[in-house]
Amino acid sequence: MTVPAQPQPDAPRSRFWPRLIALTRKESRQLMRDPSSLAIGILLPILLILIFGYGLSLDVKNAPIAVVLEDTSPTAVQAVSGLQLTPYISPVMLTSMREAEALMHQRKVDGIVRVPGDFSRRLAAGDASIQLIVHGADAAKATIVLRYASSALAQDALRAADRAGGGTPSGIGRVTIEQRMWFNAANDSTWYLVPGLIVLIMTLVGAFLTALVMAREWERGTLEALFVTPVRPVEILLAKIIPYFGIGMAGLLLCLLAARFLFEVPMYGSLAVIVVSAMLYLIVAVAVGLVISSVTRNQFLASQVALISSFLPSLMLSGFLFDLRNVPTAVRIVGQVLPATYFMELIRTLFLAGNVWPLILRNCAILLAYAVVLLGVARFVTRKKLD
Amino acid sequence: MNGSLIEFLRRVAHLCRKELLVILKDPSSRVILVVPALMQSLLFGYAATYDLTHVDYALLDQSRSGASTALIAKLDGTGVFRRAATLDSPVQIAPIVNAQEALVVIQIGPRFEQQLDAGEQASIQLILDARNSNTAGSAAGFVGSVVEAFNVEWRQRHGGAQAPVRIESRAWFNPNLETRWNFMPGMIAALSMIQTLLLTALSVAREREQGTFDQLLVTPLSPTEIMIGKAVPPVFIGLVQSTLVLLVTLLWFRVPMAGSLLTLYTGLVFFTVASVGIGLSISAVSANMQQAMLYTFVLIMPMMLLSGLTTPVSNMPRALQIATLANPLRFAIDLVQRVYLEGVGLLTVWHNLIPLFIIAAITLPLAAWLFRHRLV
Repeated sequence: MTVPAQPQPDAPRSRFWPRLIALTRKESRQLMRDPSSLAIGILLPILLILIFGYGLSLDVKNAPIAVVLEDTSPTAVQAVSGLQLTPYISPVMLTSMREAEALMHQRKVDGIVRVPGDFSRRLAAGDASIQLIVHGADAAKATIVLRYASSALAQDALRAADRAGGGTPSGIGRVTIEQRMWFNAANDSTWYLVPGLIVLIMTLVGAFLTALVMAREWERGTLEALFVTPVRPVEILLAKIIPYFGIGMAGLLLCLLAARFLFEVPMYGSLAVIVVSAMLYLIVAVAVGLVISSVTRNQFLASQVALISSFLPSLMLSGFLFDLRNVPTAVRIVGQVLPATYFMELIRTLFLAGNVWPLILRNCAILLAYAVVLLGVARFVTRKKLD
Repeated sequence: MNGSLIEFLRRVAHLCRKELLVILKDPSSRVILVVPALMQSLLFGYAATYDLTHVDYALLDQSRSGASTALIAKLDGTGVFRRAATLDSPVQIAPIVNAQEALVVIQIGPRFEQQLDAGEQASIQLILDARNSNTAGSAAGFVGSVVEAFNVEWRQRHGGAQAPVRIESRAWFNPNLETRWNFMPGMIAALSMIQTLLLTALSVAREREQGTFDQLLVTPLSPTEIMIGKAVPPVFIGLVQSTLVLLVTLLWFRVPMAGSLLTLYTGLVFFTVASVGIGLSISAVSANMQQAMLYTFVLIMPMMLLSGLTTPVSNMPRALQIATLANPLRFAIDLVQRVYLEGVGLLTVWHNLIPLFIIAAITLPLAAWLFRHRLV
């Protein structure tokens, strides 16, 4: 708006920086005045950090399980004693199946272990059974509960077998597992959710916000109005992008601070590489937003397309929540087309594994290629529409 | 009195018709109301899985014995584990895990078979790439159950007493424990909410921006009539979208529906009205479309995350569990999942309708009031 008036029409190129700075200042002011931009640029990242850091957990601990002892003999009690020992399950002792089923229907317990009334009699005959029922309405949790409960019960059963078999427990070898979790010894899901959040926030600010803002300018015709001024299109686009780039970087800073001081996620890779790769991805995201806005030129469409093509996939298909290794090939291919997937892999490795150079170079190269291609497309679409 | 009621309905019907036309007249917005809902429910239906289907592992077998081969054959036989590499020395472990070529490395020591034959405990090392701790945990559990099965066989062949207890396990409502079975019914509510909210949030904001809302306010229509006229079309569109996701769930993914459609739709109507109420309130507060969309988005994200769709509400800390009480999606997902999978009737899930009703009863009149009394 307030371009210093020193008309030098014969040398437009030399006036590039003053014009860009003036325009950027104008755009930044406009951005700071609108509470909704700040809400999405600053408030939403903070909300997301808190929700992801504290709220979302896939880890099962102390899942309540109803234990129905229809047989109260010492052998029966012994058969389920292992359930007390595992930290993942907290057994609730009951005597009637009806009571347990009622609790299960109210979702007060996640599963039922039932020791039938004839347990000890049939155990003597070598043919006893224990029922284990889980509530399948949350399959992920049910799978984990099922696994822990059945392995605890199986170990009890083996001990019982050894006692019954005349006390020769050491005669037969068995395989045990020594397990080591690399990169996440605490097996804590915040360790992979919080770095992943950086991807989500960059996509949000980069693609979604940029698409919206630019589509608004197209829709209202203010962009065309700017195009007829001496300012060149590239300068206008840059000036529009720079403030949002700044907001994206602020989001990165928030995430890094939260990861370090709030959730104490280790950072084995170098900070410089993290920042550089994040900037690279932010450029990709902004370019996606630019392409979407100049193709749709309509706020509603732009918001929908940005949501559907960039934000939701980066939440669902990038490996953020759901591991791409487990999805069908077709969906994995869709995931591998997304730039977010490469940044996700990169940022998690940088945080939890360290500077794995082959992976860093490969993914950065892919992101760079995306940035170049998408910026080219954005320029092309913007130009073409101006004719 | 009767005449004025008919007059009231007639005016509302006109406005509804106009609003529907605004939404449906544009071919690209017609497409955007149908195609994404279908595409996303297909894509996410496949993607949203915590079930382990494919694990690449590397094997470092220093014993090269019959026993170790038998154990690995059991693992290969599951169809989930696929050997990506066979290693010769422990120094090869780190590079292959770092490069994500193998999620799991199994290291079997040189004395594996001798230890087993001698009746000792023979331990194998399991190294897991826990950059995604959830997958790593599942893989560890999977190997554990394979090893357990191996142990049982080994006992049997070496004359050990059989375990006298069988564990009969069973899962209610979802026999194969597929994540998709509870995720897709949740999507029936969640996916339609996103677009319903955005659509509603835009409706008043668009007119404000274009200046036509003032014209609407000076017509004989009362704010209540405007509110109803603005609310009915998005409710209708939201229900259509829910139906699309429901059809994908039923016909494509073939998740069997246990409950009644009537109960399901009763819940969905309450939920969609509550969402539309929230959307209209946002719309009434916003000065323009951009603000309306951004505010909506700031709300949608926490609503999706704190709904129990991707992670269980019971795993959340207490403070956040209380926050979920203001989230209509949380109640809708609980209701839809229970009706769909467990086949319960309204008598069991009616408690979910109360918060939805309260949200609608607050937000809809608030929106109507804000039409005339916007603070800005």
